[in-house]
Amino acid sequence: MWYFSDEEKELQRLCRDFAEKEIAPFAEKHDTEESFNLAAFKKMGELGILGITADPEYGGAGMGCVAATIVMEEFGKACPGLTLSYLAHSILAVNNIQNNASVEQKQKYLPKLISGEHIGCMGMSEPEYGSDAIGMQTQAKQNGDDYILNGTKMWITNAAYADIAYVYARTGKEKKNLSTFILEKEKNHFTTGNPIHKMGMRSSPTGELIFEDVNVAAEHRVGEEGSSVSHMMANLDIERITIAGISLGVAQACLDHSVKYAGERKQFGKAIGQFQMIQRMIAEMATKTSMMRNTLYNIAYQYDQGERDSIHAAIAKLGIPQMATEVALDAIQVHGGYGYSREFPVERLMRDNKLNEIGAGTNEVMVLIIAKNLLGKFKQ
Amino acid sequence: MNELQKELVEQINKFNAEKIEPFLEEDDREETFRMEIYRGLGELGLAGIPLPEDVGGADLGYEDLCIVLEEISKSSAPYAVTLSVSTMVQSIINEFATDWQRKTFLPALTSGEEIAAFCLSESSSGSDAGSLKTTAKKVDDGYILNGNKMWITSAGVASTYLVMARTGGEGTSGVSAFIVKDGTDGLKFGKKERKMGWRTSPTREVYFENCKIPHNHLLGNEGEGFKLAMKALNAGRITIGACALGLARRALKEAVTYALGREQFNQALFEFQGLQFMLADMAAEIESSALLVEKASKMHDAGGCGKLLASTCKLKCTDMAMKVTTDAVQVLGGVGYTSEYPVERLMRDAKVFQIVEGTNQIQKVVIARELKKQFQS
Repeated sequence: MWYFSDEEKELQRLCRDFAEKEIAPFAEKHDTEESFNLAAFKKMGELGILGITADPEYGGAGMGCVAATIVMEEFGKACPGLTLSYLAHSILAVNNIQNNASVEQKQKYLPKLISGEHIGCMGMSEPEYGSDAIGMQTQAKQNGDDYILNGTKMWITNAAYADIAYVYARTGKEKKNLSTFILEKEKNHFTTGNPIHKMGMRSSPTGELIFEDVNVAAEHRVGEEGSSVSHMMANLDIERITIAGISLGVAQACLDHSVKYAGERKQFGKAIGQFQMIQRMIAEMATKTSMMRNTLYNIAYQYDQGERDSIHAAIAKLGIPQMATEVALDAIQVHGGYGYSREFPVERLMRDNKLNEIGAGTNEVMVLIIAKNLLGKFKQ
Repeated sequence: MNELQKELVEQINKFNAEKIEPFLEEDDREETFRMEIYRGLGELGLAGIPLPEDVGGADLGYEDLCIVLEEISKSSAPYAVTLSVSTMVQSIINEFATDWQRKTFLPALTSGEEIAAFCLSESSSGSDAGSLKTTAKKVDDGYILNGNKMWITSAGVASTYLVMARTGGEGTSGVSAFIVKDGTDGLKFGKKERKMGWRTSPTREVYFENCKIPHNHLLGNEGEGFKLAMKALNAGRITIGACALGLARRALKEAVTYALGREQFNQALFEFQGLQFMLADMAAEIESSALLVEKASKMHDAGGCGKLLASTCKLKCTDMAMKVTTDAVQVLGGVGYTSEYPVERLMRDAKVFQIVEGTNQIQKVVIARELKKQFQS
């Protein structure tokens, strides 16, 4: 993009090389086996991107939303599942700690998370509180100087591998009385449930975080008690922009694979790309991908300029994953029988992408946010 | 529906619940096909519905067959498709066969004891089926087949293969149809394809390596193979529409049930108008497709369903099923994405309906060709 800085262009090149060498060759295997590419994840630490938005004094790259989106796109082309795990670590755990935790907490947690020694996750959703996240029921009850945690978090990306969990819990009866805790696996702050079998994103481990009468010292609390809703919402904005980056990667990869296949595959004596039916699909895919790219990086750029609002993050999150599913379904169609086979990557990209219409707020929640913002001003 | 059709539906519902549903998730994951389930469908008299009684068929129509397939597909598209393909092959054998061929090959298929497969596609000829390369060389005591067939539904579990192979020159007029039984020397199978969906239904490559079959395994006349295959597919497109329809109905049922039961923001999801519109669109699409299946199958029974209608039925029903299942996953949200609920499987199973028995792009080619015929003076 014209407004990428030199540093961002260099990051794009590095990530593209890394994805080709360390991620793409293993994506099919991890999808089939529902396993996590831990080796590649650890190497991301060496690449210096696990704390993409964190301050350099803690080992971070000190970059912004555009940079994070670039990583998501490049990795998303190769393996959306592993990219989702990267997102949960770098955006949901690291970025939250960077923005909301105390200096002591940052010094304690960030260096190991950023080097790749530790893996992070975040706990917001619960079995009965998905779209209605603020209604969550996990309790943190004050007990002298400590807290006692009880409850279950659901759909937690990286749960089974996490050393550190950034978790929201209820500290009072009022709906918005939520607090945040940085929990440690080593201190037995949480256990994890059985892995969840999914349609896609199978290379990203998803599980539950379970708290049963867990004693957590007050030093693990982030910020003031009962004050978490605003920063929880604020982090959702960058989460939504960056997850849309994975979908952009999916669409670009689907387009690239389809162009290649349409040029090579011959039927009726010529390449199928010579048929207008296929040309139409390819042209539509390219148009959608281009619109996704321009919209997304613009929104990410504005975010880095300080123009942050939930409506644009929600627009990116509603529009881009939906369009990417359309592009991926067409990519399978262009590939015909081969597209349906697990030997070719497009069916996996489609299965993986569907999650992006659900995770980080469903399409339906994005509609609520956009409509509420647009129509709210007419409220009597 | 008439009394018989109602009875069929009731029987299948019971069979689905008792024999198919308990294994669905596991068999999808493990890619397992259960012959006993198919034979169970046979025991209910469903394996040769439109075939005449003298070869063990039920002597019913395609309308009845479509109702049966729709119902089975509510639980399992793969078993419905196994039945759909086997029935398609039986119908075409019945129409073109000699009396000996009918009596020899059909009874084991109509009873559901055995399965039939349809071998047309090859690795380099999918949509362009007329350019197939598998050869059948005439020799004194039969034909020798050589070549590979790709994407063959039920390959390895089927016992009767209807194979299109080249006996003459290039083009569609050089193609003939043959019946090849499992166990024939030179008939071999590749490994099971790993697919996005339809994982219960085995798909394999089929190889012919100097596979010799007797003269009386030629179906129809030499050079008639392509015409016969297209005739089979024309009817197959109606039944594929019925399978897609059943799958979509199941997805809608799952979506509505979940929306009624799940509460967020202190009310059932169903009470949100945004969800109601999605569900209403799904229902409207389903009912439109159901009319197409009904019309096309009735026309077929009345003497022939034209290509335009058969292709339209396949195109609309399968596009509808893709849309409806995708939306059903969306309605269920996070749980819809897991294998604990059936909708993600329904969505994966739906996609290939847009590809098999002529991709939806090919259906448009067929429809356009028919339009030209109709309006060109």
